[in-house]
Amino acid sequence: MNPDASTIAAGAPIEVDLTPIAEGQDIKVFWRGKPIYISHRTKKQIDEARKVPVASLPDPQSDEARVKAGHDQWLVVIGICTHLGCIPIAHEGNYNGFFCPCHGSQYDSSGRIRQGPAPANLPVPPYQFVSDTKIQIG
Amino acid sequence: MSGPSDFQPTNPALKWIERRLPIMGLVHSSFVAYPTPRNLNYWWTFGGILSIMLALQILTGVILAMHYTPEATMAFKSVESIVRDVNYGWLLRNMHACGASMFFLAVYIHMFRGLYYGSYKEPREVLWILGVIIYLLMMATGFMGYVLPWGQMSFWGATVITNLFSAVPYFGESIVTLLWGGYSVGNPTLNRFFSLHYLLPFVIAGVVVLHVWALHVAGQNNPAGVEAKTEKDTLPFTPYATIKDAFGLSCFMLLYAWFIFYMPNYLGDSDNYVVANPGVTPAHIVPEWYYLPFYAILRSIPNKLAGVACMFGAILVLAFLPWLDTARTRSSKYRPLAKQFFWIFVIVCLLLGWLGAKPAEGVYVIAGRILTICYFGYFLILLPLLSRIEKPRPVPNSIADDVLAKNGGRPAMVSAAMALMVAGGLLFGNVQNARAEDHQEAPPSVKWSFSGPFGKFDRGSMQRGLKVYKEVCSSCHGLSYIAFRNLADAGGPGFSTAQAAAFASEYKIKDGPNDQGDMFERAGRPADYFPSPFANEQAARAANGGAYPPDLSLITKARSYARGFPTFLFDFFTQFQEQGPNYVNALLQGYEETPPAGVTIPDGSYYNKYFPGHAVKMPKPLSDGQVTFDDGSPATLAQYSRDVTTFLMWAAEPHMEERKRLGMQVFLFLILLSGLLYFTKKKVWANAH
Repeated sequence: MNPDASTIAAGAPIEVDLTPIAEGQDIKVFWRGKPIYISHRTKKQIDEARKVPVASLPDPQSDEARVKAGHDQWLVVIGICTHLGCIPIAHEGNYNGFFCPCHGSQYDSSGRIRQGPAPANLPVPPYQFVSDTKIQIG
Repeated sequence: MSGPSDFQPTNPALKWIERRLPIMGLVHSSFVAYPTPRNLNYWWTFGGILSIMLALQILTGVILAMHYTPEATMAFKSVESIVRDVNYGWLLRNMHACGASMFFLAVYIHMFRGLYYGSYKEPREVLWILGVIIYLLMMATGFMGYVLPWGQMSFWGATVITNLFSAVPYFGESIVTLLWGGYSVGNPTLNRFFSLHYLLPFVIAGVVVLHVWALHVAGQNNPAGVEAKTEKDTLPFTPYATIKDAFGLSCFMLLYAWFIFYMPNYLGDSDNYVVANPGVTPAHIVPEWYYLPFYAILRSIPNKLAGVACMFGAILVLAFLPWLDTARTRSSKYRPLAKQFFWIFVIVCLLLGWLGAKPAEGVYVIAGRILTICYFGYFLILLPLLSRIEKPRPVPNSIADDVLAKNGGRPAMVSAAMALMVAGGLLFGNVQNARAEDHQEAPPSVKWSFSGPFGKFDRGSMQRGLKVYKEVCSSCHGLSYIAFRNLADAGGPGFSTAQAAAFASEYKIKDGPNDQGDMFERAGRPADYFPSPFANEQAARAANGGAYPPDLSLITKARSYARGFPTFLFDFFTQFQEQGPNYVNALLQGYEETPPAGVTIPDGSYYNKYFPGHAVKMPKPLSDGQVTFDDGSPATLAQYSRDVTTFLMWAAEPHMEERKRLGMQVFLFLILLSGLLYFTKKKVWANAH
């Protein structure tokens, strides 16, 4: 009763071209049925994320640990609230990050939970940079 | 205490069967001669009602399954096909959906009866635990059933509830993947939920057999809580209990019929008339009303695992009741303290239910926590405590004594029933109140010809509405659930079949492939559906600034707004179901040139008073003089709005007139039946008192 072969195959890695995404913009792609936000962060967003003392976070994690070295402006997170599974809205909330309309969880510009009932940060899916302008998710 | 099995058929053929499989003797001893306490009140009719409801759900469900397609891209449409095209499919669907709610209503009354009268005490502990198992199976079945139509609530409710299992330590993620059959709620999930939803009711039926068996071993409890000792205490099940159950069932059917025929969507969520979209989360995810108390308990606990544990714990604690409440006196009738706390507990449950539909913010969170503590406190602290310190009143010596002493026990039952109905109404209607938190201005209520028990569609209005749709709306909005032949159906715009065929032939319909493998265009036929203006959603979005003009076939059922307290209570009695039409009508007329001070509308959007968020991508579609009517009706915006809304209400529910007509017949029949059963019951029981 575990996922069958065709479902697993449909979940094979996908490639996403980053060139159309302007700074400050984000897109949503679907992989394995899950929405994935790819954010082209502005310097302001990166600085805000890095200024926060990691130990004060509900789910401590540094911004550096959530992005790929040398590609700090790209944030790739699974857009599913870690509370009960709704899709948070990008560019909303008090932390210039994500806001989940279901029960009010707020994530910052690194996708980390800051406020609200969600227990964990927005998960980062497995991905790597195939080139400076292309990533492969999965 | 199974009945005396002195049954011997006289017919030789039946004797032959009886010797080899004594089924007639079994039925006779269990349901005819079976000794029933003679002091039972109407709270005891719900067991029989539950059996009938299970049978009805299975019957309607099996027939629905003959027409339903459990595949993610086809499920929603197959349900609409059932409602529109299958003979009496609308009736089957309404019976099954409303039947689930009635099933849970009956089971909650049945359970509260058990709590009040101590029916879980020795020697009925196993009977009670079997009941808890049945209840758990019912909740699983109901949850999976709600996913099957694959609407927005179906999908997102499934997402939320399956995600709960990820809280289980170590095994959580594997359990969730197993439930999903994939990496998220999707087609494999729908398929396996359909399989299990078909299976579980039969498992329930099996456990019900055990439940009735366990009941017959111990014999029924009764309002006095005193076991039957002599023949004077009991009456044979048939005709006494049979006729009383029949009367109770008939009254219950009246309530059931009220929902089926007049208020089929009162207990549901309008979002479920929007097809499931994994990329869009509805603003308010609310489970069906029968899960609300547990949803409230889940959200009260700030920790995810603890919340899930408390939610399941709230049900499992019931199984331990025989060992939590060890008081010797069975019935709360003779336990003055326990009686008061019981009613407080009932109010706690109703309040938890009310909270379950509210957003988890502010004072609601605090209230939820207090009520959760009260809920568990009742079982874990209060009942054991009362068993030790309470001094009960003396119980009657026997059931026979209880019957002789009773004078007019009816009023208590009736007033309790009334209180329950009002409370239930509050609970049911509150499901819609989740939307009240949007602080959106409610559209004005308009008088519609199709509202109320005798509502009918205004034919002229529908024909004008069709013209408005065809000339204005159809350039962006599809109407894909309506076929040209529907225009000639009874209860519709009143085209003749020839007129419908002529109307169809004006359209170009893509067909094919032909023998060369090419797609081609041909003239429309009555069996064809209204074509959509865009090939797919992406093309529609590209042509409309990124927004998708929704298909209008179900729009008047897919939109709603909070009616507020106490309006939603009155709505139940006035049969108000017109939130959708009021909204659509208001939206079309709600555009304003300049937004009010302080409100900014993004570029490319327009200000509309009634659209949630006020910024709508659709420019004002209708203005005075845009469409001319052949019947001379005024060419005004107000006229267009009303007519197209009437037309769209018909498009959303083509069988409405038939539903209300049949409803009237069923209602008159049931009222007559209830009356006759009442007097028959009185006659049968006359010599028993």
